[in-house]
Amino acid sequence: MAHGHVELHDGPAPAHEHHGPGLYIVGYIASLVLTAIAFWLALGHHMAGGPLALTLLILGALQIVVQLFFFMHVTEGDGPPFHSMALVLGLIFTFAIALMSIWIMSFHYQVQ
Amino acid sequence: MPDALRQFADTYLMWQEGPMIWISDVLILLTSIGIVATLTYFKKWKWLWREWLTTVDHKKIGIMYLIAALLMMFRGGADGLLMRTQLAAPGMHFLDAEHYDQIFTTHGTIMILFMAMPFIFAMFNIVVPLQIGARDVAFPYLNAISFWLFFFGALLFNISFVFGGSPDAGWFSYPPLSELQFDPGPGENFYLLALQISGIGSIATGINFLATILKMRAPGMTLMRMPLFTWSVVAACIVIIFAFPALTVALALLMLDRIVGTHFFTILHGGNPMMYINLFWVWGHPEVYIVVLPAFGIFSEVVATFSRKRVFGYSSMVASLILISVISYFVWAHHFFTMGAGADVNTFFAVASMAVGIPTGVKVFNWLFTMYRGRIRLNLPMLWTIAFVPCFALGGATGIMLAAAPADYQYHNSYFLIAHFHQVLIGGVVFGMLAGMYYWWPKMFGFKLDERIGRWAFWFFNIGFYVCFMPQYALGFMGMQRRMYTYPADMGWGTLNFISTVGAYLMGIGFVLIVAQVLYSIKYGERDLTGDPWDGRTLEWSLPSPVPHYNFAVIPTVTDRDYWWKLKEEGRTDELKPKPEDIQPIHMPKNSGRPFIMGVLFFVAGLGFVFNWYVLAVLGLLGVVVTLLARSFEYDDEYYIQPEEVEHVEAALGRL
Repeated sequence: MAHGHVELHDGPAPAHEHHGPGLYIVGYIASLVLTAIAFWLALGHHMAGGPLALTLLILGALQIVVQLFFFMHVTEGDGPPFHSMALVLGLIFTFAIALMSIWIMSFHYQVQ
Repeated sequence: MPDALRQFADTYLMWQEGPMIWISDVLILLTSIGIVATLTYFKKWKWLWREWLTTVDHKKIGIMYLIAALLMMFRGGADGLLMRTQLAAPGMHFLDAEHYDQIFTTHGTIMILFMAMPFIFAMFNIVVPLQIGARDVAFPYLNAISFWLFFFGALLFNISFVFGGSPDAGWFSYPPLSELQFDPGPGENFYLLALQISGIGSIATGINFLATILKMRAPGMTLMRMPLFTWSVVAACIVIIFAFPALTVALALLMLDRIVGTHFFTILHGGNPMMYINLFWVWGHPEVYIVVLPAFGIFSEVVATFSRKRVFGYSSMVASLILISVISYFVWAHHFFTMGAGADVNTFFAVASMAVGIPTGVKVFNWLFTMYRGRIRLNLPMLWTIAFVPCFALGGATGIMLAAAPADYQYHNSYFLIAHFHQVLIGGVVFGMLAGMYYWWPKMFGFKLDERIGRWAFWFFNIGFYVCFMPQYALGFMGMQRRMYTYPADMGWGTLNFISTVGAYLMGIGFVLIVAQVLYSIKYGERDLTGDPWDGRTLEWSLPSPVPHYNFAVIPTVTDRDYWWKLKEEGRTDELKPKPEDIQPIHMPKNSGRPFIMGVLFFVAGLGFVFNWYVLAVLGLLGVVVTLLARSFEYDDEYYIQPEEVEHVEAALGRL
């Protein structure tokens, strides 16, 4: 999910602030780098299974941060703070899904 | 040459499969020729392109969703009837095992993703902007893209029937069965690509409507003054936004397994097929709430209108909607209790599943209390709503039985489960969408659907439903498992299966009657001249039917819940009629052909991936990128409707 790069900008640009392309380029490079590290770690067998999973989780979380700050402008906006509520809800769901999936799947599925 | 042709026909057109496929080919060909000929004869191509294919108007997009949903209901229903025919008696040879597999797969996938989803999106599109006093959705262009991605996703899925072969691994296509080595045909790829393409559209719709409702309400319409249908759309959109990515990931990983040869879900190389099942239901369970929450919203509107009372317990209705949408994320493992994740996991998910019954129960009681001492009119929307209450209550009760994890080991994948989810999905979603269709039909088209034929359809469909599905509960207890294509006579299942088949055909007659009702009403239906045929309560009924394309000549200022009802009570309805001095130029988005073209390109790319024709796939995706770029450099995409034109339209409607 964290690597998904869905951009759905549409409609008129926000009038209150204008961004140069710099922020987007930095964000784009950061997300590429994070993805590259994840792939390098996973494909090259540089770490043991447990620590690797943890590192990938952290990289995924960082990826979310990059998306939110560089592309979705969470720090901006007017009107009621819908996006903070949405973020809290999103955080709950993300952790619920990720952690509970680990919990559900941590049974011995290969009969030994 | 004939040899090559023959090989093509056998590989892609499946002509060795026999007369069923040939008949389908001929019918599809005749229908297509018929459509093309009619459009050409009446010189309607330009009209089709200008008015419909390029439209960004939410009302027209909603109507297109509605037509698509009804067509898909026909296809899915035909699949259902084929299955019931095969199961009518023991040891039938109407279908063979392979065809039966394909048919239950397409039946399930179509009914959930290509019937229920477009049906709720039809209601979103037609109703939400009108209820909140907006002129369109937040992102009209994106809305058109959503529709065309859904449309071409559905087309890709349906075309598998006559080109390449249908998917056959069940509507949730569990690995390892759906992995390449066990399911080598293109059918499974069709499934994956079609769902993926239409899934992009669904996520976009969720974002679009959440933004619309949060940002584009008329002045004075606070959140707690919103109509309950709009609230149900908020709840459904939250679920769509957070649930659909899980499906996208699950399908993408399975596609990588099949196309690139990764091992996410193959057990031998460290993968785990149960992870697919886990991810699928992380989406799959919230998905059933996505489709049923808008139905709850429709029932709330209908109950209040046809009881002439404001809805009982508005804030508890809102709270229960939101609560259902949050709890829906914590129940998914009840779809695989029998996996054996352990007692603590199963306990947690069993308790969470039962907890959903609480807010749902609150809603049911609120609907009943709304009806209590109301002046109930039994028009078609209300009829379907009243039928929904006992049907859904029974479905909910059997759901609680299934949610009890230890007992589920007995019911799992039996006909008891089949009967349960058909009861909640038909009793909840289909009844709800039909109620909504009857309710808002005059708003869409300017005439009512005929009550008399509608009542016949209602009774056929309802009686048919119980005759079809009640025996299946018993069959489940008697040990009949889902997906059996036949059964021996000595199991003693013959009688109940036959009754069930009779019920299915009664429902089929009900559907045919609905079609007849629509056709009859186009010519003879009662015209809606007031714009408020049901004596409604919310803003959409303050507008003429059908609604002019800019919706509101002047955006109203709302001071109350059920504002239109309040104005009617106080005799102030003239306040919502536009005054010439208030009419400003109206800012509207321009139509665009690009969403349609983008859909075509996604379809081409999808077809490329299905058959591993990578040149085609890359060309299609490149085309998508080009359309995206073209959009980025498009600056002239909006226009103003001048006040004179608005005045002209409003005067013609007798509102000035």
